[in-house]
Amino acid sequence: MSHVLKRLAQSVLTVYVVISASFGLIRLLPGGPLAYLRSQAIQQGGSDLSMSEINARIAAQTNIAVNEPLYVQYYDYMVAMLQGDFGQSTRYGEPVMQIIGSAIPWTVFLTATALFLAFTVGVSLGAFMAYREGSNFDLASTGVGLVLNSTPGYVVALLFISYLGYRMEVFPTGGRYASELTVGFNGPFLLSVLYHGALPITSMALVGFGGWALSMRGNSIRVLGEDYLRVARLRGLSTRRIAMRYVARNAILPMYTGLMIAIGTVFGGAVIIENIFAYPGVGFYLIQGINARDYPLMMGGFIIITIAMVIGITIADLTYGILDPRAKGGSSRESY
Amino acid sequence: MNRTDRDDCQSAPDRSQSDCERSENGSNRHSTDAPEDVASGGGDQPVGGYADAVADPNKFTDEERDPGRSAISGHAANGRVAADGGSSSVSEFQQMADVSMTDAERRRQWLDEKILAPARIVWDDWRARSGVLIVLFYLLMGTVGLMLVTKPSPNQGGYLVGALRTLEYPLGTTASGVSLLSQTVYATPSMLTMIASGAVFTVCLGTFFGTVAGYKGGTIDSVLMVVTDIMMTIPGLPLTIVLASALEIKGSPVVIGVLITINAWAGLARAIRSQVLTLRDAEYVEASRIMGMSTPTIISGDIIPNLMPYITMNFVQQARAVIFGSVGLYFLGVLPYNSVNWGVMMNAAVNRAGATSSPAAFHWLLVPMLTIIALALGLTLLAQGADRIFNPRVRARHAETVVDDEDGGTGGSGSNPTAPSPVTADDDEGGGI
Repeated sequence: MSHVLKRLAQSVLTVYVVISASFGLIRLLPGGPLAYLRSQAIQQGGSDLSMSEINARIAAQTNIAVNEPLYVQYYDYMVAMLQGDFGQSTRYGEPVMQIIGSAIPWTVFLTATALFLAFTVGVSLGAFMAYREGSNFDLASTGVGLVLNSTPGYVVALLFISYLGYRMEVFPTGGRYASELTVGFNGPFLLSVLYHGALPITSMALVGFGGWALSMRGNSIRVLGEDYLRVARLRGLSTRRIAMRYVARNAILPMYTGLMIAIGTVFGGAVIIENIFAYPGVGFYLIQGINARDYPLMMGGFIIITIAMVIGITIADLTYGILDPRAKGGSSRESY
Repeated sequence: MNRTDRDDCQSAPDRSQSDCERSENGSNRHSTDAPEDVASGGGDQPVGGYADAVADPNKFTDEERDPGRSAISGHAANGRVAADGGSSSVSEFQQMADVSMTDAERRRQWLDEKILAPARIVWDDWRARSGVLIVLFYLLMGTVGLMLVTKPSPNQGGYLVGALRTLEYPLGTTASGVSLLSQTVYATPSMLTMIASGAVFTVCLGTFFGTVAGYKGGTIDSVLMVVTDIMMTIPGLPLTIVLASALEIKGSPVVIGVLITINAWAGLARAIRSQVLTLRDAEYVEASRIMGMSTPTIISGDIIPNLMPYITMNFVQQARAVIFGSVGLYFLGVLPYNSVNWGVMMNAAVNRAGATSSPAAFHWLLVPMLTIIALALGLTLLAQGADRIFNPRVRARHAETVVDDEDGGTGGSGSNPTAPSPVTADDDEGGGI
């Protein structure tokens, strides 16, 4: 239980650190975002805007009241952030929370599906390769895995969108669903969502599964040579039980840390993929914010992506204890 | 690992023959008058792991000459002392190494052990070999290539000439008539600088945090791991994007390389920490600790040498991550740049010529993409080959075989090390990530 609490406390700390860092980035850098927003306000408002009006405008956009002392600014900023108020987007003129909040489920949908597909397909393929070690199937899969592992997701995405999207016109080249459909739990809408998500998901999953397959293969081969497996066979356990409980479980364990890092990689990769497919997820808005120098939108996007990732990694970390009971007791070691 | 060392003497066809003969002669010269020359092995405690490979070639040659003697190797040391104790009146601790080498011999041996032997191991594996060749090609492209290819400039050739159409512009031209070959080649130096700086940054920071946290344990470990976990949880590319935009950095490749891998060290630190945990209680580390060596000395002298293969492998993988990240972000147009690079080429192809939708400009997009994939494939192969050779997890499966082989070999049984047993051959396929 204390393990769970400790883990949760750490997740909260991470979010806190990231939000504080975002305050530091906006507030403390000379010639940084704040100066830019001020000059923008002056440009737009003309000369008839007073200093306090400009400050009020910046405060609405960034939650930072420039004329207050620094610690008050920090306190107000943190309180506003924790209440879900990420300020006002300068480009869209809407609250950042509204824009990002409507985009985050779509990003999570893309990344989670892609990661799940890559992991399950990769692990099953890797285990299969290990059992057929040295066969032609193994060699061919290793080759394919190596090449896919060396291909960035956005290259696959670009190939997909130019061949399947523009030339053959079998898949849409943008959007989350066909605009004429009513949003809700109806067949055509869900189908359209899958149809629009197919290429982004495939391009993320395709480059991921090769790596999983190769490491699963290596791990399984190692486990297959262990003594406890010989004992399990001697005990007359069924092949199925050996494959699932003994080989698969022990081979997947070392990959779990990799899975946590992969969550980050997939989220990061989604930023590029979403822009290629013009898929309005968080990454899409993040880049929109960057290009328009819309700092509130940019910071909001970044913080939301981080929070989503923290949640994903915390879940992965906590379920690790189910797979590997040894991880539960946090052993403390002698200090040298 | 002794196996590989003997490979050097007995099997490697091209150069080692003469080397080995030389060392044999050397050992003859020095050891004829030394009755307890066997003991010289005693001072040479294995530093664990692959450091066994440092085993003195003299040992084998002596063994082979005098098969009656007991084996000398790390594990056999005890048995040897017992067998030898009767003939020698000096205690084991008072003995000096009686094989003295000239500086030239020392240098040669160092070269052989540290450079040539690993190089030969790498060369034996097809994956590592092709990886080395590909990376070498890119290095040449970034240096010699600049002299062979004309500088990219607008209106070099026709507009949007396709790839493989003309000899003059083998990879085609852009919408403003710049040769794609020139652009690709001239982008190489800055890309390689970026890759190297990012990888060096990650590996240094990751190794530092990982070793210190793993070795020290206790509070320091907890604090460092909390910092590491926080860094690990922040998504790398979005962080890079935000920093690049907020910090208003200039387009120097070194800075960009560091920025791309700004938090990649955290994952490496975690992995290295778990490796250090298995090393911190090893006998030789404990010995150093009892002797009162300082923590930095132990970490740099006892811990890091054992992790070198792992660190090298991660260096290569990080290099690949830097390529993927930097090209992706340049493609999005969110990073500043001083000169054209592969990501900027892709960006221009899509934004200026609509390369995704227009077949006429597609080669503009394809050339940098293939350039990236080839380099990444080279680095992946390199890491895979290195992993297979160095990874103790893959080796562990055949630990029995390795030990048997070692014992048999040092005992002078004359087993043929060039023909590994079938079980060992399986290892060739076992390459995890």
